[in-house]
Amino acid sequence: MTEPLERQAIISGAAQSDIGRRLYRSGLDLTVEASLRAIEDAGLTVDDIDGISTYPGMGGPFGGCSGAELHDTLRFSLNWRDGAAETSGQLGAVHKAVLAVAAGLARHVLVFRTVVEGSRGAVRAGGGGGGGMGGMPPAFQYLIPYGVTSAANWIACYAQRHMHEYGTTREQLGAIAINARTNAASNPKAIYTDPMSMEDYLGIRTISDPFGLYDCDVPCDGSTVVIVSHRDYAPDAPNGAVHVNAMGTALRHRPSWDQFDDLTTMAMRDSASSMWERTELTAADVDTAQLYDGFSWLAMVWIEALGFCGKGEGGPFVEGGARIAPDGELPLNTWGGQLSGGRLHGFGFLYEGVMQLRGTADVQVSDCEVAAIGAGGGPESGCLLLTKGIR
Amino acid sequence: MTDGPPPRFISPHAEGEFYWTAGADGSLRLQRCGACGRYIHPPGPVCPYCHSRDLNPGPVSGKGTVATFTINRKEWIPGFEPPYVFALVELDEDPTIRIGTNIVGCAVEDVAIGMRVEVEFEENGEWFVPLFHPLDES
Repeated sequence: MTEPLERQAIISGAAQSDIGRRLYRSGLDLTVEASLRAIEDAGLTVDDIDGISTYPGMGGPFGGCSGAELHDTLRFSLNWRDGAAETSGQLGAVHKAVLAVAAGLARHVLVFRTVVEGSRGAVRAGGGGGGGMGGMPPAFQYLIPYGVTSAANWIACYAQRHMHEYGTTREQLGAIAINARTNAASNPKAIYTDPMSMEDYLGIRTISDPFGLYDCDVPCDGSTVVIVSHRDYAPDAPNGAVHVNAMGTALRHRPSWDQFDDLTTMAMRDSASSMWERTELTAADVDTAQLYDGFSWLAMVWIEALGFCGKGEGGPFVEGGARIAPDGELPLNTWGGQLSGGRLHGFGFLYEGVMQLRGTADVQVSDCEVAAIGAGGGPESGCLLLTKGIR
Repeated sequence: MTDGPPPRFISPHAEGEFYWTAGADGSLRLQRCGACGRYIHPPGPVCPYCHSRDLNPGPVSGKGTVATFTINRKEWIPGFEPPYVFALVELDEDPTIRIGTNIVGCAVEDVAIGMRVEVEFEENGEWFVPLFHPLDES
């Protein structure tokens, strides 16, 4: 295999702002806080940053901050900039930064995702409740009239079909939620940290069958920043370099919440397989997986998509929680995931992956050298394989 | 659901208006390609299979099968009172097309994957909203 272009890139810095249920601070404020920390973490100054990449960019869902606001506030001088929602999921912002660095368009790209969903009490994706849906993409105009404005409803339909075909159970979904809650207890920034039993999980109110409240992630405020640099900078990165081994970006079927060809998986099926096509590492080499759990079932399907188990075997794989515990064969969402850590919209997984490979995570996986990061649900999906050192 | 139909926020895109008015004569219509005969959903300006622009609403039987569903139990929209079923229905004419809908005419707990269903229409202002109820084929 010729060396994939993404191996030119490293993550030289990473940081988060304060994270909370409701911080009542602006997205820009949080983004500046995380940015300055990340720049320092990378051993750089504001003047070294010559690129910005963000998801979803100006006007995107769940509030936040645009690249231009940050650019203007910190007075960056940029060689390259990007911010958009039509990409390989939330991690698309990282994918593009990596490509910009590999292409020589920029040397140090500041990549961020900021959410201020908690403070805003933001209306969920789809914008139900207010006025009409003028401007709504056509695909959503066949969902919203039926009272389903939330991704909870759309994803619940897939989870239901997965249960029907494979016998997946609520208790198996619960293993993901409980694992997340247990790990969150050690994360000082996590939103939900009280212990949760299976009884608690099963007893909470149902939102949209089969999802109860604890299958749904928790909105929050916070900003996550990583600095993507050229690997030439690795020896100078004061906190070490995390290497990009492979990226997964594919979407090989309809970009749709309701018309995807297989009702038991989602776009991660394609992004995951495209990632493995770009590396000689395999699922067996992965020491920790940080996988999107905007809804519990998504993490289960990411596990299947990345090949940690066979298709449809995600339920038995996570059952009981031992395999996905920090000392299990596939430590999962060691920071608490979005279910308990907070909906940082994909970037919480990325941050945790970097911390694990540096060896500085709150719940540290022993001898962690390879981390798989997957973000997104529905047609939004992208992944990264990160390594300690070049592999 | 409450008195009168729930708010549905229908404001169709250019190619989709027929979908919400077709039910005036009791018949569900999907966009159909005059060149290759395939059904297209959601409707668009060009056939995704053969790129023909000879596209017209074509009546379908309105019969299908529940591919999957969820019982929504949370109020997201004032006036759209839970619980209600949102389902994806595969139509007999082309099971690769899924119609998003509410299942009516039975208890929410009675809805199941594989259930046979048939269209009916809810008159909602100027629109005829396709809904589905259980189909008794015995």
